[in-house]
Amino acid sequence: MKRFSQYVALAAYMVFLAFPLAWLLSTALKTPREMASTDPAWIPDDPTLANFTAAFTEQDLVGAAVRSLIVALASALLTVVLALPAAYAMARIRGALSRVATGWVLVSQVFPFILIIIPLFMVLRNLELTNTLAGVVVVHVTFTLPFALWMLQGYVRAVPRELEEAAAVDGAGRLRSIVSVVAPLLAPGVVATLLFSFISSWNEFLFALVVLKDPDVMTLPLMLARFTGPEGVARLGPLAAASLMATIPSLIFFAIIQRRLKSGLMAGAVKG
Amino acid sequence: MRIKSAVAAAALLALAAACGSGGSPQGGTSSEAPKAAEPVKLDFLSLAWQKESVEANKAIVEEWNKANPGIQVTYVQGSWDNVNDQLVTQFEGGDPPDVIHNDSPALSNFASRGYLLDLKDKLPAELKSDIPQAAWDTVTFGKESGVYGVPFLQESQVIIANKKLLDAAKVRIPTTDNPWTWDEFAEVSKKLTKDGAFGVAWPMKSPVNKTLNLALNFGGTFFQTDADGKTTVKVGPEEKEVLQRIYNQIHVDKSADPKTLGMGTADPLPGFYKGEYAMLPVGVYLRQQVVEQAPEGFEWITLPPLKGTSTNQGAVSQTLSVAADSKHPDEALKFMEFFLNGPNQAKLAKGDWLLPTSVKAASDPSITGKENGWDVATASVKSLVVAPFLKVNGYDEWKSKVATPALQEYYAGKISLDEAAKKLVEEGNKVLERY
Repeated sequence: MKRFSQYVALAAYMVFLAFPLAWLLSTALKTPREMASTDPAWIPDDPTLANFTAAFTEQDLVGAAVRSLIVALASALLTVVLALPAAYAMARIRGALSRVATGWVLVSQVFPFILIIIPLFMVLRNLELTNTLAGVVVVHVTFTLPFALWMLQGYVRAVPRELEEAAAVDGAGRLRSIVSVVAPLLAPGVVATLLFSFISSWNEFLFALVVLKDPDVMTLPLMLARFTGPEGVARLGPLAAASLMATIPSLIFFAIIQRRLKSGLMAGAVKG
Repeated sequence: MRIKSAVAAAALLALAAACGSGGSPQGGTSSEAPKAAEPVKLDFLSLAWQKESVEANKAIVEEWNKANPGIQVTYVQGSWDNVNDQLVTQFEGGDPPDVIHNDSPALSNFASRGYLLDLKDKLPAELKSDIPQAAWDTVTFGKESGVYGVPFLQESQVIIANKKLLDAAKVRIPTTDNPWTWDEFAEVSKKLTKDGAFGVAWPMKSPVNKTLNLALNFGGTFFQTDADGKTTVKVGPEEKEVLQRIYNQIHVDKSADPKTLGMGTADPLPGFYKGEYAMLPVGVYLRQQVVEQAPEGFEWITLPPLKGTSTNQGAVSQTLSVAADSKHPDEALKFMEFFLNGPNQAKLAKGDWLLPTSVKAASDPSITGKENGWDVATASVKSLVVAPFLKVNGYDEWKSKVATPALQEYYAGKISLDEAAKKLVEEGNKVLERY
């Protein structure tokens, strides 16, 4: 009975999560007339692919998706590469510097993005990184790094020191014990950080809008905004079709990488 | 091993990102001067978003680029929702687009900060004479009366109506020469309110611009400037007139559907097609949505602006401006002169379902025919006068912090007209004092 109620709760949660996607799909297949109906239906009376055709012919969605993928993957990997050693140091090396660094990471989270967008833009301009995907990657890494550090630090703390000490007893140096003992145990944390960084970058709009001027370098969120007008008026059909396509790469990425999100790796690692 | 792979992959991707960008900080605002053989490059930030409008914009830019190999324009499509955040950052960073599409309410602030080029003494004579002074007034700001853009598209408030319901009620169909007065409109609305349907819907999610533009029907300006140049809010009998009349339709006559009050501009359309209300006072551009969405056999008609003491309405223009930081202002102006000539303005107006400011364009057969109410829409341009709020520094803050909640509460029947007026004036003046 308990198991049954768990399944019911899980099913309800799945429906809750799937509802927006299903509605997006339904909207993407409707004609403008059907979208304006006061009796909305899940299954369109007269399904059409015209919205997908319009979305793909009017905007370079494929090119934008490729660029978004490059930016999101590069941002996610760079974030993890930079955050991992820093998080290890913050978690393992106790002292005033570590406490200040941890505090600073937290403080940096309270700054509204809009406050620093102008100075950041000027820095990028001086580095000749405006209007380049590399510039967007730099910005995205800058903004995801503090939270990634915070996340990974928690995972590092969860790895018992005794494991490293045991490795040291067996003759492993610090680097060796980090690479061979700690890093594999941090895999779930690395995966969670990768996912967080990837999705943050994939969805990011405002910085990309400001940094990228040339239509040939624009990312996917900027393309989606082109289907919207003033005062909340939008071309709903093509927007729904394009948004649906935009969710697919992140779903695939999630599906591939989520298998690494395991728990219990350290169960029984330390006795007593 | 995994870490090494990750580092290598990140480095490769970062390299790919840098190399694959395809863009460089070139264009009109580049710090590098173009070589003699290189064409001048201009960035044109456009906010067109409807399919026909984007196509018209692109076609005109393409035509220009073919005819002018020495001045090449890059068409960059922006978004109305975020354009001002984008522009402020790019202006401050010294890297704005050369030619900027926006609307006149945004220009005052940008002009006062020195972001936009004053075009007063630079405008080509033909372009200047083709656009009436009333439209130029919407882009003229400051003590020097600088002209900070070229107005090219305007929006008026018309009434889109269900023709079958109007015919069935046997009401007089107004014409441009003989429009409905507000009294007639109220009577017709009452007559059309029957069998569970309402005469009219007032979508008032964003009530301020609509109310202020219509208030000019009775001479309501909402702002006054004294001899020292200090602007204050005023809500006298002229300003209260339209507010009271809309309120009466909702709460006294009950001829306006109260559930549409919280809706955005286009939200009442499904109910309109279904016959839940017979008339929608909306901007002319909403005709496009009706054409695209209305069910087969749905007959609709565009009715001219209402008349109070006059048919005057506040005009807000879409504009093209030149960035003060543009390295090629003369070339930008040449492009704008071409982009906004009569035939091109007619194409742009048709694509956006708005009204051209160009006198030549206004007589173009493509936007003066009876189909889809173009004749009524285009004729309504003569009712447009400069919206007084365009000249008010601090209007945006007054609008969002004071006027929007005050008018929403008033139309919802939560506060009286006097209470709303008091808020608009007292809280509003505190806001304006800061500017």
